[in-house]
Amino acid sequence: MNTLVTILVDGITYASWLFIVALGLTLVFGVLKILNIAHGSFYAAGAYVAATFVSWFAAWQFAPWLSLVALLLAAVAVAAVLAPLTERGLLRMFYGRDEVLLVLVTYALFLILEDATKLVWGANPYFVSAPYSLFGTVPVAGQAYVGYDFMLIGVALFCGVGVWWGLNRTRIGKLVLAVIHSAEIASSMGVDISRVYTFAFMFGILLAALGGALTAPMISVQPGLSVGVVIVSFAVVIIGGLGSIQGAALGALIVGLARALAVHTWPPAELFSIYVAMAVVLVFRPEGLFQQVQARRI
Amino acid sequence: MKPAASTALAAGLIGMALLLALGALLPKWLQFLSTMSAANGIVSLGIVLLMRGGVVSFGQGLVFAAGGYAVALLANKLGVTDALLLTLAGGAVAALLALPFAPLLARYRGIFFSMLTLALSMVLYGVLVKTDALGGSDGFNMSRPTLLGMRIADAWSGYVLYALAVVIAGALAILARIYFESTRGLVSLAIRENELRVQYLGASTTRVMAANFVIAAFMGGAGGALAIMALGHIEPNFSYWTTSGEFVFVSILAGHYSVLAVFVASFVLELVRSFSNLYFPNTWQMALGIFLLIVIRFLPRGIGSLWLDWRRRKAT
Amino acid sequence: MSALLSARGLHKHFGAVVAAEQVSMDINPGEHISLIGSNGAGKTTFVNMITGYLKPDHGEILLEGRDVTALGPAQITRLGVARSFQMPQLCAEMSALDNMIVAAACGDGALSFWKPAHTKAKRDRAHVLLERFGLNAHAARRVAELPGGVRKLLDIAMAMTHRPKILLLDEPTSGVSTEEKFPLMDTVTAALGSEAVTVLFVEHDMDIVTRYATRVVAFYSGRILADGSPARVLADDEVRRYVTGTAH
Repeated sequence: MNTLVTILVDGITYASWLFIVALGLTLVFGVLKILNIAHGSFYAAGAYVAATFVSWFAAWQFAPWLSLVALLLAAVAVAAVLAPLTERGLLRMFYGRDEVLLVLVTYALFLILEDATKLVWGANPYFVSAPYSLFGTVPVAGQAYVGYDFMLIGVALFCGVGVWWGLNRTRIGKLVLAVIHSAEIASSMGVDISRVYTFAFMFGILLAALGGALTAPMISVQPGLSVGVVIVSFAVVIIGGLGSIQGAALGALIVGLARALAVHTWPPAELFSIYVAMAVVLVFRPEGLFQQVQARRI
Repeated sequence: MKPAASTALAAGLIGMALLLALGALLPKWLQFLSTMSAANGIVSLGIVLLMRGGVVSFGQGLVFAAGGYAVALLANKLGVTDALLLTLAGGAVAALLALPFAPLLARYRGIFFSMLTLALSMVLYGVLVKTDALGGSDGFNMSRPTLLGMRIADAWSGYVLYALAVVIAGALAILARIYFESTRGLVSLAIRENELRVQYLGASTTRVMAANFVIAAFMGGAGGALAIMALGHIEPNFSYWTTSGEFVFVSILAGHYSVLAVFVASFVLELVRSFSNLYFPNTWQMALGIFLLIVIRFLPRGIGSLWLDWRRRKAT
Repeated sequence: MSALLSARGLHKHFGAVVAAEQVSMDINPGEHISLIGSNGAGKTTFVNMITGYLKPDHGEILLEGRDVTALGPAQITRLGVARSFQMPQLCAEMSALDNMIVAAACGDGALSFWKPAHTKAKRDRAHVLLERFGLNAHAARRVAELPGGVRKLLDIAMAMTHRPKILLLDEPTSGVSTEEKFPLMDTVTAALGSEAVTVLFVEHDMDIVTRYATRVVAFYSGRILADGSPARVLADDEVRRYVTGTAH
């Protein structure tokens, strides 16, 4: 019983930060039709900047709870600086081109950002575990679990509901939905496509950086973060369906729980199970579990 | 105009002879660099072959690793040590692995083809990392290969592997050129342009794409075999997505018009990697990224297209 | 004389839209049939179904007595049913000559892994076919640079590479200027020559229809309204009301 609860908490915690990141990835694809390999790099940037901000706040002897603010600020900073630079400075040059070509452009960006992070922060790992103990422990079924994990789950829920509400219940959201459905038609109806693109991309990056910032206290922040994160995020959005919010949630849950299950019952399956799920979905239902995009098959 | 086959054959043989002669004069590090360029170039050539049909494989690491592990196991466990035989075996194993997946993958295009190939390579990676019998994430070393029954002396091992790589790469380059010029090669290009039309002309496009996939797999496996013989070590990273990404980088840099361009591009990658590691660590990926962007923006058909355009201008 | 191709009770719907309803037609050897009807009447859907691109929800298609309903475009083409497109489907980056070589190679059966595509024999054969359509002057040019009428003819020339039993032309004169329409159809008819090719062409221009068709089939809302000689069909009341718009 205890193992089951552990698997559930583990799995849902993992699914939570993964959902935040995958949500950003799927939004960017839905609006701009770009599958962003550099998405993981923005996650890593969020983690690194968070590490820096938290250590600054500690050096300036701010109250411990303010480290959470530091995390949030880190995500905002990354989005505010990198998103416009990337979208306007780079991606804009390639809009309308073949979707695989755009993936290659983001791959080039990933390569550049990999080294850029190493140049700024060096190759040694950073540890900013202070915020992780801010929420104490929470007893569940007789075992003590870290409160921070539950905060993370809460944030994930908030992001999911927030984005859904924002898209479906606000005016701006409806414009974004229109562009997701068809940029051409929306444009001909007077929607300012380029502003929607910029906004959507910035929001997607914000989510990636937020995922990175919030997980920074749980891991060692070091080179190579982006590489692992992006590939798992890809698996999530493919499983859930490119461009779908519910898909990102379901995909993250499936991946998170599968991984937790593997770790606690059959460790060898931990890695490949995710990609087997991705391959299976591509074979039997390439549009993903929540169809938004028609798969190019013949 | 001379038949393409004999031109390719002549050029290839002369090129190989030159490289073999030159190789004996090169310092060891340059020999090794060239060996790896040739090995990796073969893998990228497989991707280029698929690109000519309109799809980009993000999972060539799958066959690269399959060939490498097969060869290492054959050498260590079964005592098969002949380098030439191992190279062919690596290719064969990879092709056999790809065979059941070929009809499936032949039906996918665009991002979905890329993602499916990516997923498959990551499945293998996930399996390899957790398989302790194969050394887990550390991998394992491979025993020294022999050639045509003879042991390779330490002093000569660099050159022998270099020579083997040049010969195999040369042979595969010639065969690739022949394939590109063949009717199937032309139809592949047509599929890239307008698949519907090709179907409506009577050709089964899925069969063509499936065959391309298996051929590309053979190349990936043969390249993997050569690479691991040169390195002496195999590990799961061979199947990781970033490894596949490097092969894709070379393919994009080269373009799909020239076989030679693929090996030139592969050599450039190895050169940049070595020099950056030596003098400017933490910048070689950035250099690659910027390079890739420049190519995509200003030379979208790859460096091979420069030669193609030059030839066209000469003809008119 | 049994029918060359027989469509029986074809039915196809896309959601609530019925694109084909109880469509039955026998195509006999040697006929030059024109399919007429306004946009969305079901002509192209019919062509797509008998060439295997769309599968009918109900009904069957028999080619020389053989059930081909489940086959795809590649297989049906190899059985002798060739097609050109309303928007010419060509390999834009390749030359006109290369397009013809590809057409020849695809219909030839087994594609070779090593035999060169550009042998003298293959080029000559392609040039001959281009000549029949008056396209030889454009042989070396990139298709993307060619004018609309030339691309239309090239599309048809490619379809005719292997002497099809049935040639389907989807709006062969659309997008072509009025002065070029008749010359284009004359070129095609001449290229057909003495070969007994059965032709089916979708057409909006009634002048073309009356001049080149031996039989006319009128579509409306997914159903066949009338089927018979041009004179009879074009005089039919319903056809005049719903298709040609020349009702009294």
